[in-house]
Amino acid sequence: MTLLKIDDLKVEFPGRHDTFVAVENIQLELEPGQIYGLVGESGAGKSTIGNAVIDLLEPPGRVAAGHIALDGTAIENLPYEKMRSIRGRRIGMIFQDPLTSLNPLYTVEYQLVETIQTHLKLSEVEAAARAIELLDQVGIPEPEVRVKHYPHQFSGGMRQRVVIALALCGEPELIIADEPTTALDVSIQAQILDLIRSLCKQRQVGMVIITHDMGVIADITDNVAVMYHGKIVEKGPTAKILSTPEHPYTKSLISAVPRADLRLNRFPMVDYIEGPEPTRSSFDVSTHWLGKARDFSASDGGALVRVESLSIKFVTQRSILPSRNKLFTAVDNVSFEIRDGETFGLVGESGSGKSTIARSIAGLYRPASGSIHFAGGNLTAIKDEKQLRPYRQQMQMIFQDPFSSLNSRMRVLDIVAEPIRFHKLASSRAEVVEIVEDLLEHVGLGRAAAKRFPHEFSGGQRQRISIARALATRPRFLICDEPTSALDVSIQAQILNLLKDLQDELGLTMLFISHDLPVIRQMCDRVAVMRHGKICEIAETEQLFEEPGHEYTRHLLDLMPKLENLSREGLDVADEDAARQSQ
Amino acid sequence: MIGFIFKRFIQSFIVMFLVALLAFTMFNFLGDPVNQMVGIDTTAADREALRDRLGLNDPLLVQFGRFVSNAVQFEFGQSYQHKRAVSGLILDRLPATLELSMIAAIFTLVVGVPMGVYTGLHRDSLLSKIFMTISLVGVSLPTFLIGILLIFVFSVQLQWLPSFGRGEVIDFGFWSTGLLTATGWKAIIMPAVTLGLFQMTLIMRLVRSEMLEVLRSDYIKFARARGLASRAINFGHALKNTLVPVITIAGLQLGSLIAFAIITETVFQWPGMGLLFLQAIQVVDIPIMAAYLMLIAFFFVMINMIVDLLYYVVDPRLRVDATS
Amino acid sequence: MSISTTARAVDLLQRAANSDLYYSFRSSKMVMVAALVSFIMIVGAAFSPILAPHNTLDLASISLIDSLTPPVWMEDGDSRFLLGTDDQGRDMLSAIMHGARVSLFVGFASVIFAMVLGVSLGLISGYAGGFLDSFIMRAAEIQLSFPAILIALLIDGIFRGALDPKTHDELAVYVMILAIGLSFWVQYARTVRSSTLVEKSKEYVEAARVTGLPPFLIVFRHILPNVTGPLLVIATINLALAIITEATLSFLGVGVPPTEPSLGTLIRVGNDFLFSGEWWITIFPGIALAVLVLAVNLLGDWLRDALNPKLR
Repeated sequence: MTLLKIDDLKVEFPGRHDTFVAVENIQLELEPGQIYGLVGESGAGKSTIGNAVIDLLEPPGRVAAGHIALDGTAIENLPYEKMRSIRGRRIGMIFQDPLTSLNPLYTVEYQLVETIQTHLKLSEVEAAARAIELLDQVGIPEPEVRVKHYPHQFSGGMRQRVVIALALCGEPELIIADEPTTALDVSIQAQILDLIRSLCKQRQVGMVIITHDMGVIADITDNVAVMYHGKIVEKGPTAKILSTPEHPYTKSLISAVPRADLRLNRFPMVDYIEGPEPTRSSFDVSTHWLGKARDFSASDGGALVRVESLSIKFVTQRSILPSRNKLFTAVDNVSFEIRDGETFGLVGESGSGKSTIARSIAGLYRPASGSIHFAGGNLTAIKDEKQLRPYRQQMQMIFQDPFSSLNSRMRVLDIVAEPIRFHKLASSRAEVVEIVEDLLEHVGLGRAAAKRFPHEFSGGQRQRISIARALATRPRFLICDEPTSALDVSIQAQILNLLKDLQDELGLTMLFISHDLPVIRQMCDRVAVMRHGKICEIAETEQLFEEPGHEYTRHLLDLMPKLENLSREGLDVADEDAARQSQ
Repeated sequence: MIGFIFKRFIQSFIVMFLVALLAFTMFNFLGDPVNQMVGIDTTAADREALRDRLGLNDPLLVQFGRFVSNAVQFEFGQSYQHKRAVSGLILDRLPATLELSMIAAIFTLVVGVPMGVYTGLHRDSLLSKIFMTISLVGVSLPTFLIGILLIFVFSVQLQWLPSFGRGEVIDFGFWSTGLLTATGWKAIIMPAVTLGLFQMTLIMRLVRSEMLEVLRSDYIKFARARGLASRAINFGHALKNTLVPVITIAGLQLGSLIAFAIITETVFQWPGMGLLFLQAIQVVDIPIMAAYLMLIAFFFVMINMIVDLLYYVVDPRLRVDATS
Repeated sequence: MSISTTARAVDLLQRAANSDLYYSFRSSKMVMVAALVSFIMIVGAAFSPILAPHNTLDLASISLIDSLTPPVWMEDGDSRFLLGTDDQGRDMLSAIMHGARVSLFVGFASVIFAMVLGVSLGLISGYAGGFLDSFIMRAAEIQLSFPAILIALLIDGIFRGALDPKTHDELAVYVMILAIGLSFWVQYARTVRSSTLVEKSKEYVEAARVTGLPPFLIVFRHILPNVTGPLLVIATINLALAIITEATLSFLGVGVPPTEPSLGTLIRVGNDFLFSGEWWITIFPGIALAVLVLAVNLLGDWLRDALNPKLR
């Protein structure tokens, strides 16, 4: 019998003006032991389905129509106590963030035993033994010791294992996992996915996995449903959907996933999602304002940026005597140089120190030792802020989070104009406005954007405003710190395309930071791989991907989701040409 | 753990030191103590002799040292107004204030916390709305006005309860209590309710908002998804997490009861040290002001230490190192 | 006014009318009543020299013959004195209007004083960090462990000692503002500091630093506008608290002198007559005070819930 059958489900959130329909016409069938993927971009309604199945919709959300059947029995709109006996016992749930999913005041044992005893008729002693058994099954070493610990004593990955153990307490037939690996590092992510897959097969548990990540889908699901604007646009066996997608949305979603196996010049066909890629006019540096007063000659031996034995330390615990402060070395004796006109990549997992390096080049952190040379000047030696200004003007930064990188109390005009005014790059107010509107047009937002406030724009559009602001000082060097990791994959493709175009037209040098190897492959000329504050390897991008020199690089490449079976049929002929050219 | 207590101890010490400095400054720069102690007809030579005897001509540091060492022994000299030792005056009045504050504190917690939990869990019920309205009135009515209204209703109109004093008091020498006689209990009801009402509404609102905050957290959602019973979620998981911030604020609020007693004692002519302090301010009787200040600071420091230790007991994140 | 500014004003009004704030205002009758009551009381107090039926501060216009007249609806009531008179023959309604004026002046002034002081210290503390931060925050912590009323009493006591009684009475209102303001700055400082810490680490501030903007420009142009959100709520609730504190101090006899009575002073004076049956002398100012504070508190409560959607 079908384990989970969702029939024509509709969930709506009544609002004060109108009713928002979160999902509609949802049809799903899941057999025991199978993993069903729900994939889509943010706001597509995938989590709503999971919450509807376990009846934990945020009020005022409600199931407006359709049926949800577990093993043939309808479970939608059950009374609270009835539903409670199903939750945890027959349907388990795993949430995204392991750091906040556990009650910090109780030991893991307390939380496990409490859940076990709620669902199974076991004595205290039997439940405690069962708790240790469960921790062992989810791969926590020394479970007898660890069971007595509090959640804050576990690392993120270990905590997610505890969360999974808690979901297994009632021996459910169905588990819903809502972005179970999104908050975790790549290597931990792979381990957790392995665990989930093996648990499913061993226990013949059915699983619905909700994710935005095509890699996760390709990795572990048997079937997949692609969601767009609250509807399922396409569903079927994962292998078939990924290799021969039929719906244009699925095609553009797949083509927007950065490829790890091949470098393309541009991302093709990402038009379906937010309408076509906005049109923008290209720059002609010889006549444009951005080209004025441009003296890009002074570089030292082809290197625009030279970092020499840079170390950066942070105080983790302050003491009364500065010499007794506890220090954490975020960057440890790192040297590299960035050549004029190239895109230099820094890649590594969270905490590897890559952002710290970027911020210290930009002057946000003071290095503990070492030096940073830029355009012929030794930045670490200059103490006077006024003397640093000409260098700051040539160097700009694009940040990760489009929602916090713009001051929400300022109009876009003032945001973009601030650097122009501060560095006195324009002579009159009218000229400032003209320059700002021109820049906004060039990044694909249109002139009218200047009068609006940041909150009126989507994440991708905000990132374009950030880029316009960065261009406003007429920089020659752009630092991009994970510029697309907060964006949906289709928007990411558009922003990456824009950055590539700007670099071509303006001859910019870029430092590009990412944890995402495929993105690095698409963007960078040379790459440095970082781990624990040190650089493991610096190589030409293609060489790094084809013949990695360092063991850690090989490890990272192994962890990349295998997307070879993704369809690339949708690629236009022109894009294949482009791909060929770039090789 | 020991390091933590030590750190708190040092901090408390610094607070006491600063308050002592403030009290000492008041002593030295506000008014001339000699003028307060002698008549207008005293000669300049006599005044100078008195100054010398009192040590007012010593260097400031020596005077401060003497002030601190006296303060540690709870010795603050003579009251200008009462011409009696300040320590004796205050010790006479201390039991009345402490009894009043204790009864008010018990009232505050026993009524405030359950009301807060109830309104947090059943936020849209009729009873919650009534509680919230009462609490808003409680926050809006100044303490002295509540006292006056209570007196007007229960003493003037109904004549049920006495409007002033402690009733019959039994004296043990070191302590005098009104809690062993019926008139004593009758006398303490209105002052204690008056004093506790404002704090009670604060505690109730605090518990409610913390409860709402915790109920929205991920781990509560996860607990629901695991099918735990509502009781276990509300009282086991939510309430315990609510306690952490509530303990701090409740501790501070209860401490401030002792100080707020100034108002209540004035309205009900309750013979406590708050009344003494207020009268001292009106006639600028510095020794009493200084002594009261030091005593209150000491109570606060002690309460703060206890609160911190409780915090430590409740929250394992402070108690257990993250080792993984 | 040019067409475009008119259009913009209309647009702004329309947006205000559509906003969640206005919606939640319209959907609660209680809040609308509170707003109306606050408005009437503030206007009545502010323009009391014009609006009040009698000038109670002018000793020549009051007569002892009229003293202790009960409210107009009671026996012996006098139609000239709606709410009766006190022992001096002053009209209670006028006295309440004048008193509310003093109370509101002290309330508003001390809130503004506390806000300016607290916001500045909070910004400095949050942005500069280090020694300055620990110093300011330690001071705040120590002060926070004592109730505001005690701090205010103490400050008043110090001024009493430092000034001679006559000067003190003349300056009483300003001493009051200073005392209450100094006892309320901590909350602003702590709130602003913690939001400054959050804002400081946000990327728009880093972007401004990368551009090279000096710290004071970053603090005032970027951070300050982003930390003002909760201030309105705190200020409203503090206004109620400041009015209560002033009334309490005046009631205790250490606040505003009887020559320029506030609501608290009126209640203090009237309290002596409670037992002899002339209840209106103390109860009416008491009701006025309670209604005023309740209305302001209701507005503050509503603002907090309306501006913080997470709490709904």
